[in-house]
Amino acid sequence: MKDLGRELVSEGPFSEVVIGNTALVRAMVEGGVEVATSYPGSPTPEIADAIRAIPASERPFYFEFSTNEKVALEVAFGAAINGRPSTVFFKSVGLNVAADSFVQLSLMDIPGGMVVILGDDPGANSSQNEQDNRHYARLACLPMIEPATAAEAYSMFLEALRLARAKRTAVILRMTTHVCHAKEKVAFGRRPAPCLDRSPRFDPEAWNYIPLGAAVHPLKRRALARLEEFRAEFEGPSFARRIAGGDASRGVLAAGTARLSLLDALDPLPHEDRPEVLELLAVHPLPRKAILEFLAGKSEVKILEELDPIIEEAVKAFAYDRTLSVRIIGKTDAEEMIGEYLPDKTRAILAATWPALFPPPLAPRAEGRPAPPRPPQLCPGCGHRSAFYAIKKALAAADITVADIGCHTLGYLPPYEMGRVLLSMGHSTSTAAGLSLFNSTRRVLCFIGDSTFFHAGLPGIVNAVFNSHNVTLVVMENGTTAMTGHQDHPGAGRNFNGEAPKIGIRAALEGLGVTDISEVDAYKQAELARLVREALARPGFKVVIARHPCMLKHDREARRRPGFVERHVRVGERCSRFRECIERFGCPSFQIEARGPAGQWKAIAVSRDLCIGDGSCRQTCPTEAIVPDDAGGPGSGAGSGAEGAVPPKGGRA
Amino acid sequence: MSDRYDIYMAGVGGQGIGFLAQALAFAADRAGIAIRGCDTHGLAQRGGVVSSHLRLGARPGSPLVAVRSADLVIALERHEALRAARDYLKPGGTLLWYDVSWQPLAVRLGKADSVSREEIEEECRLTLSISVRVFAEALPDPRMQNAAVIAELARLGLPPGIRIDDYRSAFRDLLDGSVLERNLAVLG
Repeated sequence: MKDLGRELVSEGPFSEVVIGNTALVRAMVEGGVEVATSYPGSPTPEIADAIRAIPASERPFYFEFSTNEKVALEVAFGAAINGRPSTVFFKSVGLNVAADSFVQLSLMDIPGGMVVILGDDPGANSSQNEQDNRHYARLACLPMIEPATAAEAYSMFLEALRLARAKRTAVILRMTTHVCHAKEKVAFGRRPAPCLDRSPRFDPEAWNYIPLGAAVHPLKRRALARLEEFRAEFEGPSFARRIAGGDASRGVLAAGTARLSLLDALDPLPHEDRPEVLELLAVHPLPRKAILEFLAGKSEVKILEELDPIIEEAVKAFAYDRTLSVRIIGKTDAEEMIGEYLPDKTRAILAATWPALFPPPLAPRAEGRPAPPRPPQLCPGCGHRSAFYAIKKALAAADITVADIGCHTLGYLPPYEMGRVLLSMGHSTSTAAGLSLFNSTRRVLCFIGDSTFFHAGLPGIVNAVFNSHNVTLVVMENGTTAMTGHQDHPGAGRNFNGEAPKIGIRAALEGLGVTDISEVDAYKQAELARLVREALARPGFKVVIARHPCMLKHDREARRRPGFVERHVRVGERCSRFRECIERFGCPSFQIEARGPAGQWKAIAVSRDLCIGDGSCRQTCPTEAIVPDDAGGPGSGAGSGAEGAVPPKGGRA
Repeated sequence: MSDRYDIYMAGVGGQGIGFLAQALAFAADRAGIAIRGCDTHGLAQRGGVVSSHLRLGARPGSPLVAVRSADLVIALERHEALRAARDYLKPGGTLLWYDVSWQPLAVRLGKADSVSREEIEEECRLTLSISVRVFAEALPDPRMQNAAVIAELARLGLPPGIRIDDYRSAFRDLLDGSVLERNLAVLG
């Protein structure tokens, strides 16, 4: 809503329809967070959107997008050992990047208190895996709380921060995609008066912050003892909630969004048939006493948790130690460890467990023709499209292309099919280096986006220089962190809070010792193809910077400016149906249109809903049939789609 | 009429499903109806399928609508109308769809036929559902197709209990200036 930002910092209590990510920001305000950090990654960027909605002068805490998750975590940690309540948020796989420092947190005394918000992604909705980060809680000896709704995200963040401060440690708040984005009306509380004492509190005399050698053991002892204190906290009804059922012999123990899907499945059951439910809002350490009390007297207990059988194995161990005879039904096959526990999947699992109680879910209609699939793709005008189209011409069929993470990852899809292996943020140069060894026949080219370049790309580049690898790297520079919603990065010249020094990609590469660097606007397709062809022919480590601003961002900004004029291209009479624009360039603006009395002719037409008039397509047409659709349109007066003659409207210099 | 009403919305990234979903959620809230819902965000925004779930009525449970149980499916695009109806529309439900075509890759490459109006209407006929096609001539901006969809919902009195004033109020909560005025004009 328009006034969301002001609402989020208002003094009095209020209620509003918000998503989980937004609810977290009000919790930060009410909880007295003073420092928040992040690296953008779905499903968490809307947390920063809500922070941005607060007018800068009224933001009660400092926020930054850091260069990567590890850096973000360290900034939040540094603030918290100085007494500042802090929080850091990032996506599931971001924890792998942050892990080196994250696993140390339990050894530290953190007087400010710290909440680590994880945006886990069961279902891999927007991630390269669906790793279960609950494992990390045990690995790092840190408590983990797991809300399932927007209202719980709000209340559980406040609990997490309260406990973190009281016990001078870090607490993990594990969100998942459909908790981050779930919306409902949340009743928020009052905002307390701000803390005015911000004196630096770091005290290395009061705690040993250097865990080396024998010093580690006393620190670990304290961490384990603290975990038992958390276990006692988690025994309480806010973390272990019983829901009565009419059938006392059966129970379901559930956590995360599986809890909500379970409630849907139970809804039609008469009370006398309903199993009793124990909802767990804390997943590490588990409330042993509450769980044993729940198991007592039951004959069968089903455990519903997404992904790995973490609760299951712990509960089975508790029951074994007590020699309980209750049948504990956990995961029965690999499918139960895959994907989200959406209402339908959960119902199917319950139907398999207790067929007499639960009817199986409905399936989507199978008869008739399904709609053709719709894979995601690069936006109209995207510079990456021009780059892929051009670079493909410079490559031989056997050459190897390596993708990195970002919008350009979508280049693996037809019609480009470039960037055919993907591990993680920043992997591309080093994976490419490995592919180049004992390989004199298939040239290796890799891609990286500009935000990822700064995030985790630098070490691989340094290594390629250091060890003289025979690799060509194309930096796809679009000036922003596009895939996650256009956050600024160190090369943007702006940070979250305003102007910032612009770290140029070329300057950074030169500083790292790269000597073979060329640069070109990605719309200049022939020149880009030539530069890549030449770079591939030279030995050693070469970098080509293919630059064009993110046109989604550019177009949105242009539309907000007064005097904005819609521009489009159209397919003119010269079209000889080579289909280059639609089959190889592949801008989604080009569509097939049936013409003729019986619709028997398939013509190519431009969708005016989609086309932004960037004109990057014009140079691809062998018959120069793509022309501006309106006076003053793209390339007007600039000849016939020749190289680089078609800057985007208001185009970059 | 049950006090519970499930809505599934789908379209293509860039069509404004987010606004549609937010406007419906706000309108329901302003009408005093409890809501739960969830959008899909992230990668799907890049020209893929974008969907949103909205469940009306006070009850605990998932924000997500179960397969083939939506009372109302709203689609902003022709191919997505067929997909959404097959996956989420309950027998006897209502499909309200805006008739614009953003062809998926396979159609553009000539490897699949595009979805026709007749296919969508046949799908609804076979499942005893109602198909409501929406197409507004001479919209000043394709970004207002979702407002045209909301105008049709208001005209049909869907979802039950939400009045046109609730939609107006939601628009005022979400939009500003000339964009607000133009969308209110589409709403009527």
